[in-house]
Amino acid sequence: MAIYLDSAATTCPSETCIQSMTEAMRGHFGNPSSLHSVGLDAQLVMDRARKQIAASLGCESAEILFTSGATESNHLAIRGAAMKYGKRLRRVITTTVEHASVRGAFDMLEEQGFEVIRIAPGPDGSYTADQVMESVNENTCLISMMMVNNETGAILPVQEIFTRVKRDYPQVITHCDAVQGYMKLPVQPEKMHADLLTVSGHKVHACKGIGALYHKKGVRLASLMKGGEQEQGIRPGTESVPLIAGFGAAVEELRKTIPSRGEYISALRSECIRALSALDGIAIQSPEEGSPYILSFSVKGLRSETMLHFLAEKGVSVSSGSACSKGKQSGVLQQFGIKQDLADSTLRVSFCMDNTAEDMHALAAYLEEAQAKLVHKR
Amino acid sequence: MKEIILVKYGEMALKGMNRSTFEDVLLRNIRFRLKKIGKFSYAKAQSTIYITPETESDEERDELLNAAMLRLKKIFGIAALCRALTCEKDFQNIAERAVPYLQDTLTAAKTFKVEAKRADKAFPMKSPQICAELGGILLQNYPHLKVDVNHPDVTVTVEIRDVNAYVHAAKEKGAGGLPVGTAGNAMLLLSGGIDSPVAAYMMAKRGLRISACHFASPPYTSDRARMKVEQLCEKLTPWCGSMAFYCIPFTEIQEELQRNCPEEFFTILMRRLMMEIACRIAEKENCGAVITGESLGQVASQTLPAIACTDAVATMPVLRPLIGMDKVEIINISRTIDTYETSIQPYEDCCTVFTPRHPKLRPVLAEIEEAQKEVDFAPMIERAIENAEMKVFAQHVSENQNL
Repeated sequence: MAIYLDSAATTCPSETCIQSMTEAMRGHFGNPSSLHSVGLDAQLVMDRARKQIAASLGCESAEILFTSGATESNHLAIRGAAMKYGKRLRRVITTTVEHASVRGAFDMLEEQGFEVIRIAPGPDGSYTADQVMESVNENTCLISMMMVNNETGAILPVQEIFTRVKRDYPQVITHCDAVQGYMKLPVQPEKMHADLLTVSGHKVHACKGIGALYHKKGVRLASLMKGGEQEQGIRPGTESVPLIAGFGAAVEELRKTIPSRGEYISALRSECIRALSALDGIAIQSPEEGSPYILSFSVKGLRSETMLHFLAEKGVSVSSGSACSKGKQSGVLQQFGIKQDLADSTLRVSFCMDNTAEDMHALAAYLEEAQAKLVHKR
Repeated sequence: MKEIILVKYGEMALKGMNRSTFEDVLLRNIRFRLKKIGKFSYAKAQSTIYITPETESDEERDELLNAAMLRLKKIFGIAALCRALTCEKDFQNIAERAVPYLQDTLTAAKTFKVEAKRADKAFPMKSPQICAELGGILLQNYPHLKVDVNHPDVTVTVEIRDVNAYVHAAKEKGAGGLPVGTAGNAMLLLSGGIDSPVAAYMMAKRGLRISACHFASPPYTSDRARMKVEQLCEKLTPWCGSMAFYCIPFTEIQEELQRNCPEEFFTILMRRLMMEIACRIAEKENCGAVITGESLGQVASQTLPAIACTDAVATMPVLRPLIGMDKVEIINISRTIDTYETSIQPYEDCCTVFTPRHPKLRPVLAEIEEAQKEVDFAPMIERAIENAEMKVFAQHVSENQNL
């Protein structure tokens, strides 16, 4: 029996998504930029998806740019905004717990001579507005902060921080990587005071290779590539109509059930914690009030990778840290104050609606078996 | 938490004996616009409409209020509107509940002031006293704030009215004008450019209910050009209400003009034929006027002599709300009503195909009439009207997709 507990890495495309992708490929293959009716037809499919994504974020269609995924969205947002707004304002701000793609974008800015401030969480692993405001000054052009951490599920107080930033330094452009929050928690860029916001398709039961960037009307972005006039000229390249259609359909299906799914998943997570706490040597790393969709814990004395392979043999898919680092540690856990030896043995389980309470008990049982069978580190 | 929306009328409050007619139309428009979002109850008193969302859940109420505010801001006849907290008429109660209610607004602000409106003069505290005491309490709770009575970021208003007291901090300007439907109907000539949607917006603002007609010349103009115009109609419905839209086949007439009329008269003759057809359709739709987006001197067909030649065929008043406006001013309005981006999509429309190299700037009516006699347009006009396609754009259809 296969148990998939790695929905934060990727999700299975929903039936609705597959259906509308197939439809788009079969019936609407045109190039949306073509002037003939085949092209127009493809554009209409894309327009509809754009409206669906816009509706899910409470914004206008024109504020949505489709990209190849979250990595591109993050780079476009961070580097694109820094290019437009960073000619004189040379300070950019981020945190030390961001996703690799955000870290990468800031590393590139650093090479270009920007002063990059990377804020670490406080001793209790959380961020406060006061702490962030210490780094913001009149020379700052950009701040980027993730909404939900992908490794621990910690929720960062983005709205509170961006409100303060915008109040005291209105020139600062605010970007939020909301990939792990989207379709799980309410995400409203306007309410969050976010000028730019990244979402991804394959984390919300759409396909890989599609993402979107919300960019507030009036906020300028330099494009990373020069080419055609697609996506307002900001993101040239013929749009992938099937991926876009599937993304729209998947989101349309999910967006009305955020509260009800949240309840189910919260119960599931509590069940998981209950089952795990019956075992010895388990330390929960995720904060209590974090996203219910992610649970990070350590199995003392057993390396993550060993455990991961053991579970995989049993048909249980979990991950160590985040999937993007291919098993390598990102250092994010240590940033949250988790000690090295515990970080070495951390597992991340993440949920979707297909998971059941039985899955949680099966996981606990396998862990117990592993603890009995495997040789512990000294 | 009991939160409602207060809607204040503008100019309507100055009306005399017929004021209630205006109020009724406004209330009807509001009810119609909010019907699709959820359940609300309505009351009116003292030049204000009170809109209460009918729900027990705080989250749902917040959503209802948000959605309602967005729509209300586009309803003509409303001068100002705001979300407000309903309190008992007791200062203690007001102060206690105002502090948490204003949290989001006040954390985002640097400076503030408090205003009091004491409609109920029996309230024991005078306005300045309310302001001073509530201001003090807010300062204690939000120590980062400073008071600025001249240019505050946020003005907190306390209204003591007959039944309840209300606290609000984010009064927003309404769309102004008079309720759509109080001034009758009019037919808009909608080309797809920047100007005509703005003209529709401006006349709807004065209470006209708008219908639109568009001239299409396939294959000289494309499906996308027509879709662009339909999109413009959709974008106008939140302001103008439901719209009847006529798409009139114009190819035959344009081809005939191109073949048999002097090139320099092409635009003028075309405008005259359009006007004639528009007037005929307007009569069918019970309209009392035709609206165009012309601005004096903007292009050759918009000089005074050219306008005179076009008007000569009109059978009803032609309203030109943009006549005295600069292009920049028009563009600014089109940006506010969000039609600009759609208008500038680069598809050829019927006014730009066959443009003469040197159009006549000062046409003489007699000459034009003479030139028009060369061809018998009457049967073509009949055919165009007969084959016009009508479509209704209902306001809630276009909006729901955006919610």
